[in-house]
Amino acid sequence: MPNKSTYKLAFTVLIILLLFCFFANISLGSVSISNSELLNILLGTSKNNSLHQIVFNYRLPKAFTAIIVGSGLGVSGLMMQTLFRNPLAGPFVLGITSGASLGVALIIMGSAAFGGILVGSLVTKWGIVIAASLGSFLVLLSVLVVSSRVRDTMAILIIGLMFGSITTAIVSVLSFFSSAEELQQYIFWGFGSLGNLSWEEVFILFIIYFFGILLSLSSIKALNTLLLGENYARSLGLHIKRSRLVIIVATSLLAGTITAFTGPIAFIGLAIPHMTRQIFNTSNHKLLLPAVFIFGAIIMLICDSIAQLPTSDYTLPINVITSLIGAPVVIWLLVRKRKMVF
Amino acid sequence: MTTKPKHIILNTTDLAIGYTSKKSKSIVASNINIELHRGELVGLVGANGIGKSTLLRTLTTLQNPLGGSIKLNNKTLSNYSAIELAKTMSLVLTEQIVSKNLSVFELIALGRQPYTNWIGNMQAEDISMVNQALKLANIYDIRYKKCFELSDGQLQKVMIARALAQDTDLIILDEPTTHLDMYHKAYILKLLQKLVKETNKTILFSSHEIDLAIQLCDKMVVMVKDNVEADQPCNLITKGVFQSLFPKDLIDFDSNTGSFRVKK
Repeated sequence: MPNKSTYKLAFTVLIILLLFCFFANISLGSVSISNSELLNILLGTSKNNSLHQIVFNYRLPKAFTAIIVGSGLGVSGLMMQTLFRNPLAGPFVLGITSGASLGVALIIMGSAAFGGILVGSLVTKWGIVIAASLGSFLVLLSVLVVSSRVRDTMAILIIGLMFGSITTAIVSVLSFFSSAEELQQYIFWGFGSLGNLSWEEVFILFIIYFFGILLSLSSIKALNTLLLGENYARSLGLHIKRSRLVIIVATSLLAGTITAFTGPIAFIGLAIPHMTRQIFNTSNHKLLLPAVFIFGAIIMLICDSIAQLPTSDYTLPINVITSLIGAPVVIWLLVRKRKMVF
Repeated sequence: MTTKPKHIILNTTDLAIGYTSKKSKSIVASNINIELHRGELVGLVGANGIGKSTLLRTLTTLQNPLGGSIKLNNKTLSNYSAIELAKTMSLVLTEQIVSKNLSVFELIALGRQPYTNWIGNMQAEDISMVNQALKLANIYDIRYKKCFELSDGQLQKVMIARALAQDTDLIILDEPTTHLDMYHKAYILKLLQKLVKETNKTILFSSHEIDLAIQLCDKMVVMVKDNVEADQPCNLITKGVFQSLFPKDLIDFDSNTGSFRVKK
């Protein structure tokens, strides 16, 4: 039986790994920075001003964004998988990405449809962030309104998927009428990016993310109770509808804001909980949730380091890396253990 | 037979159960008057479709009564808050638990949820309750096994131990003996009888094992068409209640042996 001390050891290893990945992530990039130089820069004793600029204004915010994205999406994926009793659920089953895509598609490609210069002038970074937030918020609100009328949690899953289909269809209509240039811009947003955030944006992202994480921590007990099924959970005194609402709001705060700032980051939310379950072999959310949190941050830092293609001038889209790295790891874990832990 | 007045755990007065839709009420059974006392093992029997599940769903607040009243520990059932109810009544359902990756100990520990703090931390008292439940259900030596490693019979014992750990006056089990072989059916019901004696809790279970229930229960609730009888099994046999339980074309109740026989 894995006892408390093995878990303590595992968490210590994970945290050390996280720190290591964090520093590796900062030191890797198109310009390679040595360890001693990096230390000097971080301590503010470096004389090299341009390296200082690179680390403080580009790499550090990017690394923090990676941590926020990995942990936030991982945790929200875990919550959705438990809530919907479905290993295929992820942070985006409720239509959050499709809502964000719709918002962004409307301001990038909507100018053709609505013919306004006004719309075109909104295509700034903040314009995209706000459109994505509004889009995911509106879709989520619709899902919540509809789902408050149904008793069955599974119905919410289907309703989320249906809203996703509707928004995807609208985006398709928009793309059909838009110019090649607009289409390209929209597709580039869909690749996801961690590196475009200023400190100011990271700060705003962090505040909302922080509330999402607090809500998910407060849901740990409810999540564990839900492992027994809803009827048992109710018999244990759990308010199903209230807990469901808290879990959904936490997920949308996390996944919605992250998507608004970085674009839709694929795969992490689905894969991280599975990887963590295989490694920790537990369903207890008191262990699982913090483990997913740290593990998500580590994987995201690694993916970002690889996406930078160290020492080259190219940067691959982060979505490519998360799936290229993530999918084989999940397959390998499943094959090695021969059975899925859920 | 004790003569001192027994503490009433659950009683229903003219209870009517059934389903409501927008247009109409469909009453499944009405005039249900049952009284369960502390330390009784009570079996609920009846033919398929007679309303056993509806009655259990009503008693466990999954659906509302259509008429009459239900009192739990002398307090109207609908006045209980969710947490209060969880501390007074625990359930063992027929549905499968979602995650079988929990260890036996972890699963039973979830029975302590109504008593633990916001994050579910177990105090010494909670842990000792879990250990006590493990011992009462004879599963102490498999406490670190994962639920997917267990047989159906073991899993049922674990679910019963979970209800025990919830430390409630009343435990309600919905068909606890389905999927089990003959030995384990008897084992589980015998275990329930032992638990009633040792913990002085009241246990109500629905079952199709009428023969076993007659032998083991302190009281039985028999649902037949248009009537719900609750009494000691021997009185029910004398009254001839079991004869009317099923259509008479195939099986017949033998009052001498207390069991059903196939007609030759």
